[in-house]
Amino acid sequence: MATQAADRPAETQASGAAPEAVVVRFAGDSGDGMQLTGGQFTLSTALAGNDLATFPDFPAEIRAPQGTLFGVSAFQINFGSTQIDTAGDAPDVLVAMNPAALKVNLAALKPGGLIIADTGEFTKRNLDKAKYESNPLEDGSLAKWDVLAFDISALTIEAVKPFGLGNKDALRSKNMWTLGLALWMFDRDRQPIVDWLKAKFKAKPEIADANIAALNAGHAYGETAEISGPLKKVSIPPVESDPGLYRTITGAESVSLGLVAGAQLAELPMFFGGYPITPASAILHHLARLKEFGVTTFQAEDEIAAICAAIGASYAGQLGVTSSSGPGIALKGEAMGLAIMTELPLVIVNSQRGGPSTGLPTKTEQSDLYQAVYGRNGDAPMPVIAARSPADAFDVAIEACRIAVEYMTPVMLLTDGYIANAAEPWKVPDPESYAKFPVRFLKEKNAGDTLLPYRRDEKGARPWIKPGTPGLMHRIGGIEKHVETGNIDYSPANHQAMTDARKAKIDEIAVPDQDVALGESTGRLAVVGWGSTFGPIHQAVRRARRRGLSVSHIHVRHIWPLPKNLGELLAGFDRVLVPEMNTGQFKTVLRDQLLIDAESLTKTSGQPFAIAELEEAIGKYFDDIPDNEGGEVPADAQQLPVSASGHDDGSLRPERRSPQSKVNP
Amino acid sequence: MNDMTPIQTTLKDWESDQEVRWCPGCGDYAILKAVQRTLPQLGADPAKTVFVSGIGCSSRFPYYIESYGFHTIHGRAPAFATGIKLANPELDVWLVTGDGDGLSIGGNHLMHILRRNVNVQIMLFNNEIYGLTKGQYSPTSRIGTTTPSTPQGSVDRPANPCAFALGAGARFVARGFDVSKNLPDVLKAAHAHQGAAFVEIFQNCVVYNKDVFNDFAQPKGADDRQLWLVDGEPMLFAGGAKGIKLDLDTLSLQVVDVVDGDWQAAGVIVHNAKNRAIAHMLVEMPFGPFPMALGVLYDDPRPTFEGAVVEQTAKATEGREASLAKLLGKGQTWTVGGTAQDPIGTRTFPQGEPGAAQGDGVRNRNGL
Repeated sequence: MATQAADRPAETQASGAAPEAVVVRFAGDSGDGMQLTGGQFTLSTALAGNDLATFPDFPAEIRAPQGTLFGVSAFQINFGSTQIDTAGDAPDVLVAMNPAALKVNLAALKPGGLIIADTGEFTKRNLDKAKYESNPLEDGSLAKWDVLAFDISALTIEAVKPFGLGNKDALRSKNMWTLGLALWMFDRDRQPIVDWLKAKFKAKPEIADANIAALNAGHAYGETAEISGPLKKVSIPPVESDPGLYRTITGAESVSLGLVAGAQLAELPMFFGGYPITPASAILHHLARLKEFGVTTFQAEDEIAAICAAIGASYAGQLGVTSSSGPGIALKGEAMGLAIMTELPLVIVNSQRGGPSTGLPTKTEQSDLYQAVYGRNGDAPMPVIAARSPADAFDVAIEACRIAVEYMTPVMLLTDGYIANAAEPWKVPDPESYAKFPVRFLKEKNAGDTLLPYRRDEKGARPWIKPGTPGLMHRIGGIEKHVETGNIDYSPANHQAMTDARKAKIDEIAVPDQDVALGESTGRLAVVGWGSTFGPIHQAVRRARRRGLSVSHIHVRHIWPLPKNLGELLAGFDRVLVPEMNTGQFKTVLRDQLLIDAESLTKTSGQPFAIAELEEAIGKYFDDIPDNEGGEVPADAQQLPVSASGHDDGSLRPERRSPQSKVNP
Repeated sequence: MNDMTPIQTTLKDWESDQEVRWCPGCGDYAILKAVQRTLPQLGADPAKTVFVSGIGCSSRFPYYIESYGFHTIHGRAPAFATGIKLANPELDVWLVTGDGDGLSIGGNHLMHILRRNVNVQIMLFNNEIYGLTKGQYSPTSRIGTTTPSTPQGSVDRPANPCAFALGAGARFVARGFDVSKNLPDVLKAAHAHQGAAFVEIFQNCVVYNKDVFNDFAQPKGADDRQLWLVDGEPMLFAGGAKGIKLDLDTLSLQVVDVVDGDWQAAGVIVHNAKNRAIAHMLVEMPFGPFPMALGVLYDDPRPTFEGAVVEQTAKATEGREASLAKLLGKGQTWTVGGTAQDPIGTRTFPQGEPGAAQGDGVRNRNGL
């Protein structure tokens, strides 16, 4: 097991040199506005031209009791002048707005990192609530970090005094004061935040002014305070990116926009049936504001009604879409079977969260893969595709729409809580650059004088017939139906033929060949991922390759059916490692479909993989490399988080564990 | 229903080529005929008519009507119908459900389609039994119903479909029964109503719950046991010899004798289909001491759900340009290089070689 070095990192950059990337974590009470602070810092960072990735981590409780450990909300951002793929492993800077925030997040902080703490909140009462026996700012327990502690509360009250706010209201600007300081530290422009505050509080200009004053005061504090010690201004130059127009985007926005684009490429109005559930609701919220794009949103009475209404809309000729997270997807299972049976297009978005049951509503996991691929009654094949990042979700949503209408089938699109909430810069695409796939409804009988609603085209798809079309009246339903007429038919040969036809249609879906995300197409080790593990796998493989290891990163978008060349591609590697945030579900699919000895690296702590965790696992396949004997990777111990912050070093596991679950060390 | 150009059809035009598969003598045959007789009278267009059903004996109904038909899953027909109406409000949608489908597994959806007031006709065939699964008791079975799942008789109190509908906010509630000659008139009234129209149709299951409605439905002496409500007419039955009075002291209904046709003297009330309070009393009126209330019990339209959605969409869309390119580039953006006005392609990840100079993204540093 990796241990956290107690001393300062050996590999220290020359003082004053600009680092390539910095990880900052803002942590406070769920009422302290940390997500908002993080979001605004993200914006100013994006506008400064840095690449970035964020990770909001907040409790499931809306307003947990103030000052408690379980009420801590955090927002982490990794930004730099090089390509950023993850929200970063260990923060360089931790902003702790109260003792609980310090306690919960300290374990993750890099040794030698900087703690900024508000002494105004380190009262006896708050220390008790955070279960501190003595004040960590005073008792020397933070010796391995740099600490910058001052009374942000008092400074904020002072700054907003001219606006005549009470203390309670004044303190609500504390996050803006802190943001101002952070903007100074990283040489960021304040103007976008000022503009945003003015727009947000248009109706209450005095609140806007107070917040701006707090922001400026925090900034001025950094500039003028005569403090010797850790607080220094750091400048991160912009990243070199492809030329173009950029914006930041979260996965939920990206999926929504991709669905709108997909419906337009299909030349169809879109119907979205949803039911509130974390972390999927944001898609419903986004789409509800896009009515002018031919989008109808419907908040149904439950998950089942949401999908059934979407199928009803598809039946009537629109592109039906529904969205949920694991527990809601479970409820939709029977209706998915009906969409498969009646062969109607439908897109089902699953923003996965920790399970089973209610599980971890606000934490991320990839454990609904079996549910997506295998989780229905009967032989009910359905395409499954997965987004790798917030920006990627746009293209994946379009692809889901294409498959749904071209093959007359429901399609499952997998994202997860991390993708849904995280933001990254997105190079805004030109919608004209996407190939259209316009839908053609059947307008007249397709077999002379006869209508055959289940006669298939070359893709195996049946015609889409809108009610309201004269002369094409017919009946469909969930009962097994005749291969061509669609009339009820229970005969043995017919059920065999229909089962085969449904399976063949999905098996033969045209899926692009699998590419290699990084590295050669043969070699010692292929690290095969899917979904939101893209970032950490990519960085870990890149680092391993810099050490000369023969390792490639392959990231699979099309989970079902798999790309036709995947088996051949993986056969070119000696070993195949599949890291995923579940107990090895994609590994099972690969073994099942390709008969290869795919090995698992699993993590189910509700936190994304850290780069260092993957780097360490990769290293074990290369014990004959100089300096890497016995598989002891000189992984950057500084970077390895401790178990308290979600790193699975084996110590989190109970005595009893599945012999199948392979643990890193 | 919808305003549409009347189409000339006959009963035959509404018969599909599928063989009807209900048990001989089932009340569903009579209801099917009544519907096929009603549709031509409405001037309905088979191409614009959709029958949607759930699961159960009644839910096979769409297969036998020559229109569009969707036989869905157990209890969820109201949700499918809602999606269909939102996607195309021009379609004339009839929903077919039963006491198990509509009030047990699908009770939630029935409640919400009524509350939202989606413009559909809902026919709930109530036979007080699960037929297709071979005779278990249903949520409308009377206490003491002996079935394979209740060998000592059922002990739970039955639901009252019309009271449920009214309680859920329905703006049209009516009752009929399978072999009644008045059923087409009830269906016509349901169709004329703009909004969710709920019709409970008592239906005789000859195999598992035979003649359970004979107490009021059998032709002999029917007039004494059936109160057919007509808007604006006094509530009279038994050939006008009896009527319903509202007792103002107890705020409850009473059966009174009418002498020499002078119903006014007897205090018999006139049926006002818009009176929601009286409707509540009529649906709760116990059979036995009272006749069975049949016909249109309540009819007071309100704006429909899909109408409101269409209106809101039109308002939200007015004057707004649906440019996808603009939508994608919305919010605070920044440009890199000089070709920002023509952004194409998406972000690509470099295919680095081992040892290629790539940034690590994260580095240690001290003394920030």
